[in-house]
Amino acid sequence: MVISPRDADDARMSTLDVRVWRGGAEGSFQSFEVPRHESQTVLDVVTHIQRVLEPALAYRFACRVGMCGSCAMTVNGVARWTCRTHVDQVAADGSLEIAPLRNLPVIRDLVADMREFFHKWAAARGAFAPTRTKRDDFARVAPESAARRAIDAAIECIGCGVCYGSCDVVTWNPDYLGPAALNRAWTLVQDVRDGARGERLAAVAGDAGCQACHTHLSCTERCPKGISPTAGIAGLKRAVAAAALRGKL
Amino acid sequence: MRSRAETWLWIAQRASAALLALCVLVHLATMIYAVRGGLSAAAILGRTRGNVAWLAFYSTFVLAATVHVPIGLRAALGEWLGWRGRSRDAALVAFAALLAVLGMRAVLGVFA
Repeated sequence: MVISPRDADDARMSTLDVRVWRGGAEGSFQSFEVPRHESQTVLDVVTHIQRVLEPALAYRFACRVGMCGSCAMTVNGVARWTCRTHVDQVAADGSLEIAPLRNLPVIRDLVADMREFFHKWAAARGAFAPTRTKRDDFARVAPESAARRAIDAAIECIGCGVCYGSCDVVTWNPDYLGPAALNRAWTLVQDVRDGARGERLAAVAGDAGCQACHTHLSCTERCPKGISPTAGIAGLKRAVAAAALRGKL
Repeated sequence: MRSRAETWLWIAQRASAALLALCVLVHLATMIYAVRGGLSAAAILGRTRGNVAWLAFYSTFVLAATVHVPIGLRAALGEWLGWRGRSRDAALVAFAALLAVLGMRAVLGVFA
């Protein structure tokens, strides 16, 4: 059979060249050829590899619809939520390189160890500190108040770690709390019901806290939920400085 | 305590940056005026010697740089070279002193 150049083009377009990280901190990329489908997501590609080509491949996902924050990986060098990233968006030349999230230890293959990421949420006092009991009336928070609007802009974080894996300051200073933990702290600093403002501002101040942010905006550019942790961190810098000037830090 | 000290360093760096922005503008305007006006060294010294306003302005400039530069360098040394702790801060205090001495020597050199 004679293959025309057009047939050859079609055959090339119907498969994807995929390089997937195998191993832990030390390892290498393994190549796979994956059938190309319409509306295919990067998570679909990884799932095909695990189910059909390499059952031992380790990766993490849960909801598949952009809610749980489990499936973030580094796709062609950029941290992304793979369940909502279409192959069309990222593999114009028909090739994909998929690696675990940066700035976190690799457990195996595409699975990053998220413990440090969430420990930092706790270190940034990311837990709400209530000031009322169940016997008190509901707190009344005006939806149009500046504080509530600031919270609205930042509250939809799903904890996927894309911002953390995109942040150069985390790479340079492993103690840095990172964009997600600071964003969480910012929502609580704006929360009029919260009773731990002083402790929280002290927890997020310093060269491992909000003042370390260089405003590179990588977190803001890459956040799949459209949040700007940079804006929240800038707010924390102002709040911390104001507290210091008033002698309350 | 550490948070407070770090925050004051941050405030000092921002405040000195605001001063420097103003000082650099005035300094550039002065340089352009001196060069384009073709002022000789003697003419410049004639204006600066004994001029208290000039002394105050450039002393502020030197002081702002003395505060600003070491704090910025502190972050760069920590992030790029991983140099943190007391030894870094001691080295930067020495560097700040060097900046102040060299800067004020130059300012006084054309004032006195």
